Amino acid sequence: MSQMISGRIAGGIFALAATALLVLGALGGLLMEAAGNWNGATAAFDAYLLRVAQFTLWQALLSTLLSVVPAIFVARALARHPSFPGRAFILRLFALPLALPAVVVALGVLALYGRAGYFAGLLTLAVGERWQGIYGLSGILVAHVFFNLPLATRLFLGALESVPSGQWRLAAQLGMNARASFRFIEWPVLRSAIPGVAGLVFMLCATSFAIVLMLGGGPRATTLEVAIYQALRFDFDPARAVSLTLVQVLLTAAIVVFLGRLGASMTGDASLPLAPNRRIWRNGGETLANIVLVLLALAFVAGPMLAIVAGGLQADLVRLAGERSVRAAALTSLILSASAALLCVILSFALVAGRRALELRRGNMPAGPAERFMDSGVAMVLVVPPVVIGAGWFILLQNAGDVFTFAPLMVVTVNAVMAMPFAVRAIRPAYDAASARHEKLCLSLGVTGWNRLRLVDWPSLRRPGATALAFAMALSFGDLGVIALFGSENVQTLPYLLLSRMSSYRTADAAGLALMLAILCLVLMMAAERLGRARA
Amino acid sequence: MRKDHKGTSGAAIRLDNVRFTYPGGPPMIFDLSVGPGTIVAIMGPSGSGKSTMLNLIAGFEPPSSGRILIADADVTALPPAKRPVSMVFQENNLFAHLTTAANVGLGRSPSLKLSEEDRQDITQAIARTGLAGKEMRLPHELSGGERQRVALARVLVRERPVLLLDEAFASLGPALRDEMLDLLAELHAERGMTVLMATHDPADADRVAEIIAFIDEGRVAAVGLAKDFLSGYGPDAFARYVGERHANRDPALARKRT
Repeated sequence: MSQMISGRIAGGIFALAATALLVLGALGGLLMEAAGNWNGATAAFDAYLLRVAQFTLWQALLSTLLSVVPAIFVARALARHPSFPGRAFILRLFALPLALPAVVVALGVLALYGRAGYFAGLLTLAVGERWQGIYGLSGILVAHVFFNLPLATRLFLGALESVPSGQWRLAAQLGMNARASFRFIEWPVLRSAIPGVAGLVFMLCATSFAIVLMLGGGPRATTLEVAIYQALRFDFDPARAVSLTLVQVLLTAAIVVFLGRLGASMTGDASLPLAPNRRIWRNGGETLANIVLVLLALAFVAGPMLAIVAGGLQADLVRLAGERSVRAAALTSLILSASAALLCVILSFALVAGRRALELRRGNMPAGPAERFMDSGVAMVLVVPPVVIGAGWFILLQNAGDVFTFAPLMVVTVNAVMAMPFAVRAIRPAYDAASARHEKLCLSLGVTGWNRLRLVDWPSLRRPGATALAFAMALSFGDLGVIALFGSENVQTLPYLLLSRMSSYRTADAAGLALMLAILCLVLMMAAERLGRARA
Repeated sequence: MRKDHKGTSGAAIRLDNVRFTYPGGPPMIFDLSVGPGTIVAIMGPSGSGKSTMLNLIAGFEPPSSGRILIADADVTALPPAKRPVSMVFQENNLFAHLTTAANVGLGRSPSLKLSEEDRQDITQAIARTGLAGKEMRLPHELSGGERQRVALARVLVRERPVLLLDEAFASLGPALRDEMLDLLAELHAERGMTVLMATHDPADADRVAEIIAFIDEGRVAAVGLAKDFLSGYGPDAFARYVGERHANRDPALARKRT
């Protein structure tokens, strides 16, 4: 009996150790490099680094403001119109940006607002001179708002939907107008949600890599992560990479600690009722303002998506699909992301089972450190962005031969670990519930080991496991982080190929690849959502 | 808004063939006539339509046809705030982040723009409901009974001739519930408003109501004097609903707590 519990604990500890090895190994590599080349590392703390760090925070702050403030009013407009044709569609559309790979979004933004974008003519007229395209800070902001405005809107709407229907009725009976009901009903709820939402958006923007890589440009619009990438790939200046990475880790750690104080959820998204049963009494002026607001947000979010589709369809998709390099990249992407997803789910399952086993063993005693690490330690990997882990191992492995031969290993392991917080969130509730129901029964019947996995755990974990698998695979499939560092002629994924077509100005090819990537990721995400919903 | 609140008096209520259907639910038809200043207990099984009828009168649900008249005026098309009605729910009657005084004050002005006279009325209403000294408390610092007292204090400053109670005291313990009913009876004696209260408990009806309206399967199945219904002279369906224990010719048992 204690044997089956200790088996699970061992599995959990192994998963924890493997995760820790990946993350801490990277940090160790960086510190060793710093210690070995102390002068170089300290010399890299210069004006450039300061400027890059400043820009990182500045663009994250602006992105957060531009996403969160409008989102408050869009969410309020949606909450005050609980039913109108197309509402459910808008909410589903607002869930899409999160599922799109950042490379694809960057391309969509360029296709719309770029020098040769669909809006270039219009913008030239508006500005009065030839439109130069949206690069640098403005491009980064547009892309970040595209991602985070819908996310923040959904989170705020989730908060507003938590207002009991009695309160809306009360407001109606007391005759509150839009202003009064904002002040007494909506604002108090929104105010308590703002720190968490703003914190999450800030974190996402401060660690965003692909957007800045493709839309930022030159030393004036570079964030720490992109600077790390440039230091390793172009300047080959490990000392600078080390100092940049350490600053990045300290920065994100500070943000995460701050967020923890605010009670923000790092993996959060709202699950929204599509047609809440509630009536709200409005006047015509407010209704008009709300319609305008929702339509503007809709246009802003739908624009880049339409541009991705339109641009992709203009590309010669048939020729692209026939190209050897495209096929090879697609196959590589599939194999690597499937392996990463599988590894992710196995590690997550081991952690979840190990945590539960430790909880069972201790009874009413307080939780030990191992259990607490398995509990909340997973979220810690979010402190260390993929590019940072990649950079650490890149520096460590350069002593061990050709760095680029490690590409598949690095992509699979780093992407697996990055998706773990999400996978654990999908698997754990189901596992813990199943364990609470079956644990005693399994003990009394002596169902253990493989039999237990097959007969007891598998049926209840099949669905959440598949959700986690699809989600992790989508995340890994669209990721341009580790592969940007380790990619080469020999190992290319689709995002990497897209990036290299972009840098050789084959824009039509890039647009076609973006459409393929977008469709594949959306299919995976939809599968994840469908599997997750059927369970609930 | 009337300022001579000593004189607030009740208004007659009439539901004239009021039809309503929830999506996928059976059709409901309500016909009811209540004289001004009466206290009516609305009784009936769960899901029979008690709350729906109150929501229709308050204006939270729109009838598909029929008319709702209050004091002989057709209010069917009016939004909730324009109807001469106050309603108290079982819970969520208060805004969690506002003090007692502010929650009551919303009954006078939905944007809390209050005159000196308004403030005096509010203080009086709070004192009248037994909450003197708790003006600055937040809802979570009050007991369940006290929270419902705040809601009643707001009813007082709103001065509407109709009061709807949707199982307003159902989550309180028996002693507290009797206290609240007695307070309700006192306020009714002072103001004379028409009260419709949905309740499950015959003892509630027995304590304060003159009339019982029995709702069954989306219809007003029977209306009669409370003392008749509760002593077994009501319709059979009502007797089955309250159970033999209460309905069986033993008024002493039902009245024991009075």
